[in-house]
Amino acid sequence: MQIKLDNSVDKFAGEIESLSGFNVYDCYQCGKCTAGCPVAQFTDESPTKLLRLIQLNQKDQVLKSKTPYLCATCNTCSGRCPMQIDVTKIMETIRIYAKKNHIKPPVQEVNTFSDVFLDSVHSGGRLFEFGMTLNYNLKNMTPFLNAQLAPAMLKVGKLSFIRQKTKNKKRLKDIFDKSDYFEPKEEVSKKEH
Amino acid sequence: MTYGYYPGCSLHATAKEFNISMRAVCKAFNIELTEVEDWNCCGATPGHTTKEELGLALPYSNLINASKQGLDNIVAPCAACYNRLKSADYSVNNSPLVKERMSQIIGEEKQRDVKIFNVLEFFRDVYGLDKLKSEVKKPLSNLNAACYYGCLLVRPSKVLQFDDEEDPQSMDQIMQTLGAKTVDWSSKTECCGGSHAIPETEIVLELARRIFSSAVKAGADCIVVACPLCHSNLDMRQKQINARYGTNFDLPVFYITELIGLALNISPKDLGMNAHFVDTKIVIEKIG
Repeated sequence: MQIKLDNSVDKFAGEIESLSGFNVYDCYQCGKCTAGCPVAQFTDESPTKLLRLIQLNQKDQVLKSKTPYLCATCNTCSGRCPMQIDVTKIMETIRIYAKKNHIKPPVQEVNTFSDVFLDSVHSGGRLFEFGMTLNYNLKNMTPFLNAQLAPAMLKVGKLSFIRQKTKNKKRLKDIFDKSDYFEPKEEVSKKEH
Repeated sequence: MTYGYYPGCSLHATAKEFNISMRAVCKAFNIELTEVEDWNCCGATPGHTTKEELGLALPYSNLINASKQGLDNIVAPCAACYNRLKSADYSVNNSPLVKERMSQIIGEEKQRDVKIFNVLEFFRDVYGLDKLKSEVKKPLSNLNAACYYGCLLVRPSKVLQFDDEEDPQSMDQIMQTLGAKTVDWSSKTECCGGSHAIPETEIVLELARRIFSSAVKAGADCIVVACPLCHSNLDMRQKQINARYGTNFDLPVFYITELIGLALNISPKDLGMNAHFVDTKIVIEKIG
Protein backbone atom coordinates (compact mmCIF):
# COMPACT_ATOMS: atom_id res chain seq x y z
CA MET A 1 0.00 0.00 0.00
CA GLN A 2 1.28 3.45 -0.92
CA ILE A 3 0.58 6.34 1.39
CA LYS A 4 1.02 9.92 0.23
CA LEU A 5 1.97 12.02 3.17
CA ASP A 6 0.44 15.44 2.94
CA ASN A 7 0.06 17.11 6.27
CA SER A 8 -0.61 20.47 4.74
CA VAL A 9 -4.17 19.65 3.64
CA ASP A 10 -6.88 19.15 6.14
CA LYS A 11 -5.39 17.61 9.26
CA PHE A 12 -7.96 14.87 9.57
CA ALA A 13 -6.28 13.62 12.75
CA GLY A 14 -6.95 16.93 14.43
CA GLU A 15 -10.62 16.78 13.47
CA ILE A 16 -10.99 13.29 14.88
CA GLU A 17 -9.18 14.40 18.03
CA SER A 18 -11.48 17.32 18.71
CA LEU A 19 -14.63 15.37 17.82
CA SER A 20 -13.79 12.23 19.80
CA GLY A 21 -11.97 13.84 22.69
CA PHE A 22 -8.98 11.50 22.26
CA ASN A 23 -5.53 12.18 20.90
CA VAL A 24 -4.83 9.60 18.19
CA TYR A 25 -1.09 10.30 18.42
CA ASP A 26 -1.13 8.62 21.83
CA CYS A 27 -1.37 5.34 19.90
CA TYR A 28 2.03 3.62 19.56
CA GLN A 29 0.70 0.71 17.47
CA CYS A 30 0.97 -2.06 20.07
CA GLY A 31 -1.88 -3.98 18.44
CA LYS A 32 -3.73 -4.89 21.62
CA CYS A 33 -7.00 -3.48 20.26
CA THR A 34 -6.79 -5.71 17.21
CA ALA A 35 -5.78 -8.77 19.24
CA GLY A 36 -8.97 -8.57 21.28
CA CYS A 37 -11.32 -7.36 18.55
CA PRO A 38 -14.10 -9.95 18.01
CA VAL A 39 -14.80 -8.74 14.47
CA ALA A 40 -11.16 -8.23 13.35
CA GLN A 41 -11.38 -11.18 10.94
CA PHE A 42 -14.27 -9.51 9.11
CA THR A 43 -12.71 -6.06 8.77
CA ASP A 44 -10.64 -4.63 5.94
CA GLU A 45 -8.35 -2.51 8.11
CA SER A 46 -7.52 -3.65 11.63
CA PRO A 47 -8.30 -1.15 14.40
CA THR A 48 -4.54 -0.64 14.88
CA LYS A 49 -4.05 0.16 11.21
CA LEU A 50 -7.07 2.43 11.13
CA LEU A 51 -5.57 4.43 13.99
CA ARG A 52 -2.32 4.69 12.02
CA LEU A 53 -4.18 5.88 8.93
CA ILE A 54 -5.83 8.60 11.01
CA GLN A 55 -2.43 9.64 12.40
CA LEU A 56 -1.25 9.99 8.80
CA ASN A 57 -4.33 12.06 7.83
CA GLN A 58 -5.45 9.46 5.29
CA LYS A 59 -9.03 10.67 5.38
CA ASP A 60 -10.26 9.03 2.17
CA GLN A 61 -8.92 5.64 3.10
CA VAL A 62 -10.36 5.85 6.61
CA LEU A 63 -13.79 6.83 5.33
CA LYS A 64 -13.74 3.99 2.79
CA SER A 65 -12.98 1.38 5.43
CA LYS A 66 -15.70 -1.02 6.56
CA THR A 67 -14.13 -1.37 10.00
CA PRO A 68 -16.01 1.40 11.86
CA TYR A 69 -19.30 -0.07 10.60
CA LEU A 70 -18.51 -3.67 11.45
CA CYS A 71 -17.37 -2.57 14.92
CA ALA A 72 -19.88 -4.07 17.33
CA THR A 73 -19.07 -1.33 19.90
CA CYS A 74 -18.21 -4.05 22.45
CA ASN A 75 -15.57 -1.78 24.04
CA THR A 76 -12.98 -4.56 24.49
CA CYS A 77 -10.34 -2.45 22.71
CA SER A 78 -11.08 0.62 24.80
CA GLY A 79 -10.77 -1.33 28.04
CA ARG A 80 -7.41 -2.80 27.03
CA CYS A 81 -5.65 0.17 25.39
CA PRO A 82 -2.49 0.89 27.42
CA MET A 83 -2.81 4.57 26.49
CA GLN A 84 -6.50 4.74 27.50
CA ILE A 85 -7.60 5.68 24.00
CA ASP A 86 -11.30 4.95 23.65
CA VAL A 87 -10.89 3.12 20.34
CA THR A 88 -14.61 2.31 20.18
CA LYS A 89 -15.31 6.03 20.49
CA ILE A 90 -12.96 6.69 17.56
CA MET A 91 -14.89 4.12 15.46
CA GLU A 92 -18.18 5.81 16.37
CA THR A 93 -16.71 9.21 15.62
CA ILE A 94 -15.79 8.09 12.10
CA ARG A 95 -19.28 6.74 11.47
CA ILE A 96 -20.96 9.89 12.77
CA TYR A 97 -18.49 12.11 10.89
CA ALA A 98 -19.35 10.33 7.63
CA LYS A 99 -23.06 10.58 8.32
CA LYS A 100 -22.87 14.27 9.16
CA ASN A 101 -20.91 14.98 5.99
CA HIS A 102 -23.18 12.84 3.78
CA ILE A 103 -20.42 10.43 2.85
CA LYS A 104 -21.69 7.15 1.44
CA PRO A 105 -21.18 4.44 4.07
CA PRO A 106 -19.08 1.46 2.92
CA VAL A 107 -21.49 -0.91 4.72
CA GLN A 108 -24.93 0.39 3.82
CA GLU A 109 -26.77 -2.39 5.72
CA VAL A 110 -25.51 -1.25 9.12
CA ASN A 111 -26.63 2.33 8.49
CA THR A 112 -29.98 1.17 7.11
CA PHE A 113 -30.54 -0.84 10.28
CA SER A 114 -29.74 2.18 12.46
CA ASP A 115 -32.04 4.35 10.35
CA VAL A 116 -35.07 2.06 10.53
CA PHE A 117 -34.49 1.48 14.25
CA LEU A 118 -34.40 5.21 14.96
CA ASP A 119 -37.33 5.91 12.60
CA SER A 120 -39.39 3.52 14.67
CA VAL A 121 -38.37 5.23 17.93
CA HIS A 122 -38.84 8.69 16.40
CA SER A 123 -42.41 7.95 15.38
CA GLY A 124 -43.58 6.27 18.58
CA GLY A 125 -41.07 6.74 21.39
CA ARG A 126 -40.57 3.01 21.72
CA LEU A 127 -39.11 0.48 19.32
CA PHE A 128 -41.66 -1.59 17.44
CA GLU A 129 -39.51 -4.64 16.63
CA PHE A 130 -41.86 -6.23 14.12
CA GLY A 131 -42.44 -3.04 12.13
CA MET A 132 -38.76 -2.19 12.18
CA THR A 133 -37.73 -5.60 10.81
CA LEU A 134 -40.24 -5.36 7.96
CA ASN A 135 -39.05 -1.87 7.19
CA TYR A 136 -35.42 -3.01 7.17
CA ASN A 137 -36.19 -5.80 4.71
CA LEU A 138 -38.03 -3.40 2.41
CA LYS A 139 -35.32 -0.74 2.45
CA ASN A 140 -32.57 -3.31 2.11
CA MET A 141 -34.48 -5.12 -0.66
CA THR A 142 -34.16 -8.45 1.14
CA PRO A 143 -37.85 -9.22 1.72
CA PHE A 144 -37.31 -12.64 3.28
CA LEU A 145 -34.28 -11.94 5.45
CA ASN A 146 -34.79 -13.55 8.86
CA ALA A 147 -38.22 -14.74 7.72
CA GLN A 148 -37.22 -18.28 8.71
CA LEU A 149 -37.38 -17.17 12.35
CA ALA A 150 -40.88 -15.75 12.06
CA PRO A 151 -43.05 -18.89 12.40
CA ALA A 152 -41.22 -20.04 15.54
CA MET A 153 -41.29 -16.53 17.00
CA LEU A 154 -44.99 -16.37 16.34
CA LYS A 155 -45.52 -19.75 18.00
CA VAL A 156 -43.84 -18.70 21.26
CA GLY A 157 -45.41 -15.22 21.21
CA LYS A 158 -42.25 -13.26 20.53
CA LEU A 159 -43.65 -11.43 17.54
CA SER A 160 -45.60 -8.61 19.06
CA PHE A 161 -47.98 -6.81 16.72
CA ILE A 162 -49.05 -4.32 19.33
CA ARG A 163 -47.41 -0.96 18.92
CA GLN A 164 -46.67 0.88 22.16
CA LYS A 165 -46.28 4.66 22.04
CA THR A 166 -45.17 7.27 24.54
CA LYS A 167 -47.44 10.15 25.53
CA ASN A 168 -44.98 13.04 25.71
CA LYS A 169 -44.82 13.85 21.98
CA LYS A 170 -43.13 17.22 22.48
CA ARG A 171 -40.26 15.69 24.45
CA LEU A 172 -39.70 13.12 21.72
CA LYS A 173 -39.81 15.72 18.96
CA ASP A 174 -37.35 17.95 20.83
CA ILE A 175 -34.92 15.08 21.37
CA PHE A 176 -34.87 14.16 17.70
CA ASP A 177 -34.92 17.75 16.38
CA LYS A 178 -32.38 19.30 18.71
CA SER A 179 -29.82 16.52 19.22
CA ASP A 180 -26.57 17.25 17.42
CA TYR A 181 -24.18 14.76 15.82
CA PHE A 182 -21.48 15.38 18.40
CA GLU A 183 -21.69 16.30 22.04
CA PRO A 184 -19.55 19.27 23.16
CA LYS A 185 -16.12 18.25 24.50
CA GLU A 186 -13.31 19.85 26.39
CA GLU A 187 -10.15 20.42 24.38
CA VAL A 188 -8.01 17.28 24.53
CA SER A 189 -4.92 19.22 25.63
CA LYS A 190 -6.80 20.48 28.69
CA LYS A 191 -7.92 17.01 29.70
CA GLU A 192 -6.32 15.42 32.72
CA HIS A 193 -4.37 12.29 31.93
CA MET B 1 -39.33 -2.60 49.13
CA THR B 2 -40.22 -0.50 46.08
CA TYR B 3 -37.91 0.00 43.14
CA GLY B 4 -38.26 1.81 39.87
CA TYR B 5 -38.46 -0.45 36.84
CA TYR B 6 -37.30 0.34 33.33
CA PRO B 7 -38.30 -2.63 31.16
CA GLY B 8 -37.24 -1.19 27.79
CA CYS B 9 -38.63 -2.19 24.40
CA SER B 10 -37.27 -5.75 24.09
CA LEU B 11 -38.88 -6.93 27.30
CA HIS B 12 -42.29 -6.54 25.69
CA ALA B 13 -41.39 -8.59 22.61
CA THR B 14 -38.35 -10.79 21.95
CA ALA B 15 -37.32 -10.83 25.61
CA LYS B 16 -40.75 -11.26 27.12
CA GLU B 17 -39.62 -14.14 29.36
CA PHE B 18 -37.03 -11.82 30.92
CA ASN B 19 -39.88 -9.48 31.94
CA ILE B 20 -42.16 -12.32 33.09
CA SER B 21 -39.45 -14.03 35.17
CA MET B 22 -38.17 -10.74 36.64
CA ARG B 23 -41.65 -9.81 37.77
CA ALA B 24 -42.38 -13.32 39.12
CA VAL B 25 -39.16 -13.42 41.14
CA CYS B 26 -39.67 -9.90 42.54
CA LYS B 27 -43.21 -10.81 43.52
CA ALA B 28 -41.90 -13.85 45.41
CA PHE B 29 -39.39 -11.59 47.20
CA ASN B 30 -42.05 -8.97 48.01
CA ILE B 31 -40.24 -6.42 45.91
CA GLU B 32 -42.61 -3.93 44.33
CA LEU B 33 -41.61 -2.68 40.88
CA THR B 34 -42.89 0.73 39.79
CA GLU B 35 -42.53 1.31 36.06
CA VAL B 36 -40.87 4.58 35.04
CA GLU B 37 -43.75 6.70 33.78
CA ASP B 38 -43.99 7.19 30.03
CA TRP B 39 -40.54 5.72 29.48
CA ASN B 40 -39.05 5.90 26.00
CA CYS B 41 -36.52 3.76 24.12
CA CYS B 42 -32.88 4.18 25.23
CA GLY B 43 -31.76 4.40 21.59
CA ALA B 44 -29.52 1.33 22.03
CA THR B 45 -26.57 1.01 19.61
CA PRO B 46 -28.24 2.85 16.67
CA GLY B 47 -28.72 5.91 18.91
CA HIS B 48 -25.16 6.49 20.02
CA THR B 49 -23.60 5.47 16.70
CA THR B 50 -25.80 7.85 14.69
CA LYS B 51 -25.76 11.02 16.80
CA GLU B 52 -23.89 11.25 20.09
CA GLU B 53 -26.41 13.61 21.63
CA LEU B 54 -29.35 11.42 20.62
CA GLY B 55 -27.61 8.49 22.32
CA LEU B 56 -27.58 10.53 25.54
CA ALA B 57 -30.85 12.48 25.38
CA LEU B 58 -33.04 9.40 24.82
CA PRO B 59 -31.89 7.56 27.97
CA TYR B 60 -31.54 10.79 29.96
CA SER B 61 -35.20 11.58 29.33
CA ASN B 62 -36.07 8.45 31.33
CA LEU B 63 -33.91 9.51 34.26
CA ILE B 64 -35.73 12.86 34.32
CA ASN B 65 -39.07 11.03 34.43
CA ALA B 66 -37.86 8.71 37.18
CA SER B 67 -36.61 11.64 39.25
CA LYS B 68 -39.93 13.46 38.83
CA GLN B 69 -41.71 10.36 40.08
CA GLY B 70 -39.55 10.44 43.19
CA LEU B 71 -37.71 7.21 42.42
CA ASP B 72 -34.27 6.87 44.05
CA ASN B 73 -33.34 3.70 42.19
CA ILE B 74 -34.27 1.98 39.00
CA VAL B 75 -33.51 -1.52 37.88
CA ALA B 76 -33.04 -2.02 34.13
CA PRO B 77 -32.97 -5.75 33.28
CA CYS B 78 -31.94 -5.21 29.64
CA ALA B 79 -28.15 -4.84 29.54
CA ALA B 80 -28.31 -2.40 26.61
CA CYS B 81 -30.79 -0.15 28.42
CA TYR B 82 -28.72 -0.38 31.61
CA ASN B 83 -25.58 0.57 29.72
CA ARG B 84 -27.20 3.55 27.94
CA LEU B 85 -28.86 4.87 31.12
CA LYS B 86 -25.55 4.68 32.98
CA SER B 87 -23.67 6.29 30.07
CA ALA B 88 -26.07 9.24 29.93
CA ASP B 89 -25.92 9.69 33.69
CA TYR B 90 -22.11 9.52 33.65
CA SER B 91 -21.76 12.06 30.82
CA VAL B 92 -24.11 14.54 32.46
CA ASN B 93 -22.45 14.16 35.86
CA ASN B 94 -18.94 14.52 34.46
CA SER B 95 -19.35 17.22 31.84
CA PRO B 96 -20.99 20.59 32.50
CA LEU B 97 -21.06 21.09 28.73
CA VAL B 98 -23.12 17.91 28.20
CA LYS B 99 -25.34 18.78 31.16
CA GLU B 100 -26.14 22.14 29.60
CA ARG B 101 -26.86 20.59 26.22
CA MET B 102 -29.21 18.02 27.73
CA SER B 103 -31.25 20.69 29.46
CA GLN B 104 -31.34 22.71 26.21
CA ILE B 105 -32.59 19.68 24.29
CA ILE B 106 -35.08 18.30 26.79
CA GLY B 107 -36.04 21.56 28.48
CA GLU B 108 -35.99 19.94 31.91
CA GLU B 109 -33.40 18.79 34.38
CA LYS B 110 -33.10 15.81 36.68
CA GLN B 111 -34.30 16.83 40.13
CA ARG B 112 -32.53 14.18 42.17
CA ASP B 113 -30.04 11.39 41.78
CA VAL B 114 -31.42 8.14 40.49
CA LYS B 115 -29.28 5.04 40.98
CA ILE B 116 -29.32 2.58 38.09
CA PHE B 117 -28.94 -1.16 38.67
CA ASN B 118 -28.65 -4.12 36.35
CA VAL B 119 -30.25 -7.41 37.49
CA LEU B 120 -27.00 -8.98 38.70
CA GLU B 121 -26.23 -5.94 40.82
CA PHE B 122 -29.83 -5.85 41.97
CA PHE B 123 -29.97 -9.42 43.26
CA ARG B 124 -26.39 -9.66 44.51
CA ASP B 125 -25.89 -6.25 46.11
CA VAL B 126 -29.30 -4.70 46.66
CA TYR B 127 -31.32 -7.78 47.62
CA GLY B 128 -28.22 -9.60 48.88
CA LEU B 129 -26.79 -13.10 48.52
CA ASP B 130 -27.59 -14.11 52.11
CA LYS B 131 -31.25 -13.32 51.68
CA LEU B 132 -31.26 -14.98 48.28
CA LYS B 133 -29.75 -18.12 49.81
CA SER B 134 -32.39 -18.28 52.51
CA GLU B 135 -35.13 -18.19 49.86
CA VAL B 136 -33.82 -21.12 47.81
CA LYS B 137 -36.34 -23.97 47.93
CA LYS B 138 -34.95 -26.11 45.16
CA PRO B 139 -31.16 -25.85 44.85
CA LEU B 140 -29.89 -26.04 41.30
CA SER B 141 -27.41 -28.80 42.14
CA ASN B 142 -26.23 -30.94 39.20
CA LEU B 143 -26.24 -27.85 37.02
CA ASN B 144 -23.01 -26.80 35.30
CA ALA B 145 -23.70 -23.25 34.22
CA ALA B 146 -21.62 -21.11 31.88
CA CYS B 147 -22.22 -17.56 33.09
CA TYR B 148 -22.12 -15.31 30.04
CA TYR B 149 -21.86 -11.58 30.74
CA GLY B 150 -21.16 -10.29 27.24
CA CYS B 151 -20.15 -6.64 26.83
CA LEU B 152 -22.85 -4.29 27.96
CA LEU B 153 -22.97 -5.35 31.63
CA VAL B 154 -19.27 -4.84 32.25
CA ARG B 155 -17.86 -2.36 29.74
CA PRO B 156 -16.85 0.44 29.88
CA SER B 157 -15.96 -0.23 33.52
CA LYS B 158 -15.10 3.44 34.16
CA VAL B 159 -18.74 4.30 33.45
CA LEU B 160 -20.50 1.25 34.88
CA GLN B 161 -18.36 0.78 38.03
CA PHE B 162 -19.85 -2.66 38.49
CA ASP B 163 -17.82 -5.82 37.98
CA ASP B 164 -14.40 -6.81 36.62
CA GLU B 165 -14.48 -6.28 32.86
CA GLU B 166 -12.18 -9.21 32.05
CA ASP B 167 -13.28 -11.77 34.65
CA PRO B 168 -16.59 -10.73 36.22
CA GLN B 169 -17.98 -12.79 39.11
CA SER B 170 -21.41 -11.41 40.02
CA MET B 171 -23.46 -13.88 37.97
CA ASP B 172 -21.26 -16.79 39.07
CA GLN B 173 -21.85 -15.80 42.69
CA ILE B 174 -25.62 -15.69 42.19
CA MET B 175 -25.63 -19.08 40.44
CA GLN B 176 -23.47 -20.61 43.19
CA THR B 177 -25.83 -19.19 45.80
CA LEU B 178 -28.64 -20.99 43.98
CA GLY B 179 -26.66 -24.22 44.40
CA ALA B 180 -25.30 -24.55 40.85
CA LYS B 181 -21.73 -25.14 39.76
CA THR B 182 -20.29 -22.56 37.41
CA VAL B 183 -17.68 -23.46 34.82
CA ASP B 184 -14.43 -21.61 34.18
CA TRP B 185 -14.49 -20.65 30.55
CA SER B 186 -12.90 -18.22 28.17
CA SER B 187 -15.90 -16.53 26.57
CA LYS B 188 -17.48 -14.86 29.61
CA THR B 189 -17.11 -11.36 28.22
CA GLU B 190 -16.69 -12.07 24.51
CA CYS B 191 -19.10 -10.17 22.28
CA CYS B 192 -22.04 -12.00 20.62
CA GLY B 193 -22.27 -9.36 17.88
CA GLY B 194 -25.24 -7.65 19.52
CA SER B 195 -27.29 -5.56 17.16
CA HIS B 196 -25.41 -6.86 14.10
CA ALA B 197 -27.90 -9.77 14.11
CA ILE B 198 -29.98 -8.16 11.38
CA PRO B 199 -27.52 -6.21 9.20
CA GLU B 200 -24.49 -8.51 9.58
CA THR B 201 -25.93 -11.93 10.47
CA GLU B 202 -22.77 -13.80 9.41
CA ILE B 203 -20.74 -12.01 12.08
CA VAL B 204 -23.25 -12.93 14.79
CA LEU B 205 -23.32 -16.57 13.72
CA GLU B 206 -19.54 -16.83 13.93
CA LEU B 207 -19.25 -15.02 17.27
CA ALA B 208 -22.03 -17.13 18.78
CA ARG B 209 -20.40 -20.31 17.42
CA ARG B 210 -17.21 -19.41 19.30
CA ILE B 211 -19.18 -18.86 22.50
CA PHE B 212 -20.98 -22.22 22.22
CA SER B 213 -17.84 -24.10 21.43
CA SER B 214 -16.02 -22.72 24.46
CA ALA B 215 -19.03 -23.40 26.74
CA VAL B 216 -19.23 -27.01 25.54
CA LYS B 217 -15.49 -27.46 25.97
CA ALA B 218 -15.79 -26.27 29.57
CA GLY B 219 -18.48 -28.89 30.26
CA ALA B 220 -21.43 -26.52 30.58
CA ASP B 221 -24.95 -27.83 30.19
CA CYS B 222 -26.50 -24.41 29.82
CA ILE B 223 -25.62 -20.76 29.27
CA VAL B 224 -26.89 -18.05 31.60
CA VAL B 225 -27.38 -14.48 30.38
CA ALA B 226 -28.75 -11.14 31.58
CA CYS B 227 -29.18 -9.44 28.20
CA PRO B 228 -31.95 -9.75 25.58
CA LEU B 229 -29.48 -9.36 22.70
CA CYS B 230 -27.24 -12.13 24.00
CA HIS B 231 -30.32 -14.31 24.54
CA SER B 232 -31.77 -13.87 21.08
CA ASN B 233 -28.40 -14.32 19.37
CA LEU B 234 -27.69 -17.52 21.32
CA ASP B 235 -31.15 -19.06 21.70
CA MET B 236 -33.09 -17.96 18.63
CA ARG B 237 -30.16 -18.42 16.26
CA GLN B 238 -28.71 -21.67 17.64
CA LYS B 239 -30.40 -23.76 14.94
CA GLN B 240 -29.11 -21.39 12.26
CA ILE B 241 -25.58 -21.72 13.69
CA ASN B 242 -25.79 -25.52 13.58
CA ALA B 243 -26.99 -25.36 9.98
CA ARG B 244 -24.28 -22.89 8.99
CA TYR B 245 -21.34 -24.74 10.58
CA GLY B 246 -22.54 -28.36 10.69
CA THR B 247 -22.34 -28.33 14.49
CA ASN B 248 -24.89 -29.86 16.84
CA PHE B 249 -25.02 -27.48 19.75
CA ASP B 250 -27.99 -28.10 21.99
CA LEU B 251 -27.47 -25.69 24.87
CA PRO B 252 -30.46 -24.09 26.57
CA VAL B 253 -29.91 -20.39 27.24
CA PHE B 254 -31.50 -18.98 30.38
CA TYR B 255 -32.04 -15.54 31.74
CA ILE B 256 -30.63 -15.39 35.28
CA THR B 257 -34.10 -14.44 36.54
CA GLU B 258 -35.55 -17.69 35.14
CA LEU B 259 -33.03 -19.74 37.12
CA ILE B 260 -33.62 -17.74 40.29
CA GLY B 261 -37.31 -18.50 39.72
CA LEU B 262 -36.70 -22.24 39.30
CA ALA B 263 -34.69 -22.28 42.53
CA LEU B 264 -37.65 -20.62 44.25
CA ASN B 265 -39.78 -23.47 42.88
CA ILE B 266 -41.79 -21.25 40.55
CA SER B 267 -43.07 -23.32 37.62
CA PRO B 268 -41.25 -22.93 34.27
CA LYS B 269 -44.51 -21.81 32.69
CA ASP B 270 -44.95 -18.99 35.21
CA LEU B 271 -41.43 -17.87 34.34
CA GLY B 272 -42.27 -17.61 30.64
CA MET B 273 -39.95 -20.46 29.77
CA ASN B 274 -42.25 -21.83 27.08
CA ALA B 275 -40.96 -18.99 24.89
CA HIS B 276 -37.52 -20.55 24.36
CA PHE B 277 -36.34 -21.83 20.98
CA VAL B 278 -33.89 -24.41 22.38
CA ASP B 279 -35.70 -26.98 24.52
CA THR B 280 -35.09 -26.40 28.22
CA LYS B 281 -36.43 -29.82 29.30
CA ILE B 282 -33.04 -31.50 29.81
CA VAL B 283 -31.93 -28.84 32.24
CA ILE B 284 -35.23 -28.66 34.09
CA GLU B 285 -35.16 -32.45 34.54
CA LYS B 286 -31.61 -32.24 35.81
CA ILE B 287 -32.70 -29.80 38.49
CA GLY B 288 -35.44 -32.27 39.40
